[in-house]
Amino acid sequence: MVNTTIDLGHGLVLRNPVMTASGTFGYGEEYTDFVDLSQLGGIIVKGTTLNPRQGNPYPRMAETASGMLNCVGLQNKGVQYFIDTIYPRIKDFDTNVLLNLSGSTLEDYVRGAEMIDALDKIPAIELNVSCPNVKQGGMAFGVTTEGITQVVSEVRKVYHKHLMVKLSPNVTNIAEIALAAEAAGADSLSLINTLLGMAIDAERRKPRLSMVTGGLSGACVKPVALRMVWQVAKVVKIPVVGLGGISNATDAVEFMLAGASAIQIGTANFIDPAISVKVAEGLKNYCECHDFEKATDLVGALET
Amino acid sequence: MKQTTDFKVQDRKDYGDAVLLRLRSKNQLLTILPGQFANVQVDGSSKTYLRRPISIHDVDDANNELSLLIQKVGEGTKRLAELKYGDKVNLVYPLGTGYTMPAPNDRVLLVGGGIGIAPLFYFAKMLNKKGVRPTMLLGGKSKDTLLRLADYEKQGEVFVTTEDGSLGEKGFVTAHSMWKDHEFDKIYVCGPKPMMQAVATIAKEKKIWCEVSLENRMACGIGACLCCVEDTVDGNVCVCKEGPVFNIDRLKW
Ligand SMILES: Cc1cc2nc3c(=O)[nH]c(=O)nc-3n(C[C@H](O)[C@H](O)[C@H](O)COP(=O)(O)OP(=O)(O)OC[C@H]3O[C@@H](n4cnc5c(N)ncnc54)[C@H](O)[C@@H]3O)c2cc1C
Ligand SMILES: Cc1cc2nc3c(=O)[nH]c(=O)nc-3n(C[C@H](O)[C@H](O)[C@H](O)COP(=O)(O)O)c2cc1C
Ligand code: FES
Repeated sequence: MVNTTIDLGHGLVLRNPVMTASGTFGYGEEYTDFVDLSQLGGIIVKGTTLNPRQGNPYPRMAETASGMLNCVGLQNKGVQYFIDTIYPRIKDFDTNVLLNLSGSTLEDYVRGAEMIDALDKIPAIELNVSCPNVKQGGMAFGVTTEGITQVVSEVRKVYHKHLMVKLSPNVTNIAEIALAAEAAGADSLSLINTLLGMAIDAERRKPRLSMVTGGLSGACVKPVALRMVWQVAKVVKIPVVGLGGISNATDAVEFMLAGASAIQIGTANFIDPAISVKVAEGLKNYCECHDFEKATDLVGALET
Repeated sequence: MKQTTDFKVQDRKDYGDAVLLRLRSKNQLLTILPGQFANVQVDGSSKTYLRRPISIHDVDDANNELSLLIQKVGEGTKRLAELKYGDKVNLVYPLGTGYTMPAPNDRVLLVGGGIGIAPLFYFAKMLNKKGVRPTMLLGGKSKDTLLRLADYEKQGEVFVTTEDGSLGEKGFVTAHSMWKDHEFDKIYVCGPKPMMQAVATIAKEKKIWCEVSLENRMACGIGACLCCVEDTVDGNVCVCKEGPVFNIDRLKW
């Protein structure tokens, strides 16, 4: 029997390394017809902000070669609505439920984190300092070491559970940003968020997205994501959670070999709503076939 | 209850730029309401990465079969239209809400434009089962774009318009003379957005209850990604989950 347990530290223990990525898995409820949530390490619910947001106008999505662009723009009903209405429905899911917290000002992040801190059944926040789709959608914080130091250390003061910080790939030196987040008190780092991109309809000579630019995700971003996970895992001491284009168990193994302690599945959920449990199963099989007794033995096992 | 299911192509019929695919599942079909759709996996190639939403055109519960009527507009629909007998195709279904069933004595009009006639076939069949004989008003560019007309005529009275006048009255559905001497309690519309908006305007003027079926671009099809939203009186809502069928009172048209 393979031991698939992953301890990300500060109270966040996953029964296996597979989680689902924020913004691609709703609140988990949308997937219960397809997935037994108790077979997952965790789910990360929709990006939530202190105050409600209507998000960006339609069209918000454009398909690209082996991927998609989105400019949803963090549509959500706010932290208070989450606490009153959604949390009671999902708190007893038999898996780790993480909240993805976003904001446009430092105060928003801090106040949001304080409110989430009080929720017993949410073991961790994934701090989204990297959303490319809203003006100052946290990306302003996520692209400089000063910005990330500021937001992570302020949130750290009020949030007492596991703090995962999600990094933007839209930076020149990801390792520098990662080290700043670690130094400011992050318990783990997840990466990557979407890559800023654009699509044009040549016939109409118009952009395909209402906001002109949007975030690229899906299979096409995997090589970039893998490289960044490898660069970050080499320099930080805290666990790294890898994501970006993971579509099957082999992809997941690659991220773990590159140094990820756990992984997330995003856009692939749209193509096969049951892919997350299939990847969890496939990871276990890989360990069995290659005589790894523990999934943690895979982490950083890349031979270079 | 929704499911991911493999179907096999049992039969295909070509209609110019469109194809009718009859698909069979090994398992019993889930209950499908008229107006619901499936999210169809194409072939996972780099150009057809995401699934394509396609309305359920017809259902044959006894044989675990359902049909899709697909118009070739781009890479994905072209590939789907190449499927042959015995080919496998994977569907996530049934998705979205269906049309609101009318009362037994309601006078019902179904308006379809172009490939928008697709979901109206199964709807018309179910209406007949409930004892409601619908009137249908179908519009297309030319007579070749009005698919399966004879089959629709079995479900109720059909009026036709074509833009080139090759069949029925010339012009758009909204200009058809039948509007002058027919009255309806409920109108259901599916087709290109400008056409649905024009019919919605008539319905509003005549104060007739009206539902339309939207075709916003989708990714997940199950309400998880928030890509397919329509701006409604209740703010941005997911067409895949709260629709695709909407009462026109909810829309900001
Ligand atoms: C709920 C729902 C039900 C549908 N039912 C049917 C059906 O029964 N039969 C059928 O043939 N089609 C149906 N469609 C439309 C179908 O999903 C699209 O035609 C298909 O996804 C196009 O894929 P493609 O790869 O062929 O074209 P693409 O290469 O993606 O696009 C080709 C061209 O069509 C335009 N286009 C494609 N889809 C849309 C859209 N949704 N809105 C506006 N413009 C678009 C693109 O801008 C582009 O110019 C439905 C759509 C929805 C949302
Ligand atoms: C439609 C959509 C919505 C997203 N919303 C969020 C979000 O609210 N917060 C966030 O941190 N990331 C969000 N993301 C980014 C994903 O969580 C993930 O980082 C990215 O898509 C890369 O992974 P993938 O290639 O596996 O999808 C979103 C992605 C998509 C496609
Ligand atoms: S397509 Fe994802 S929410 Fe509608």
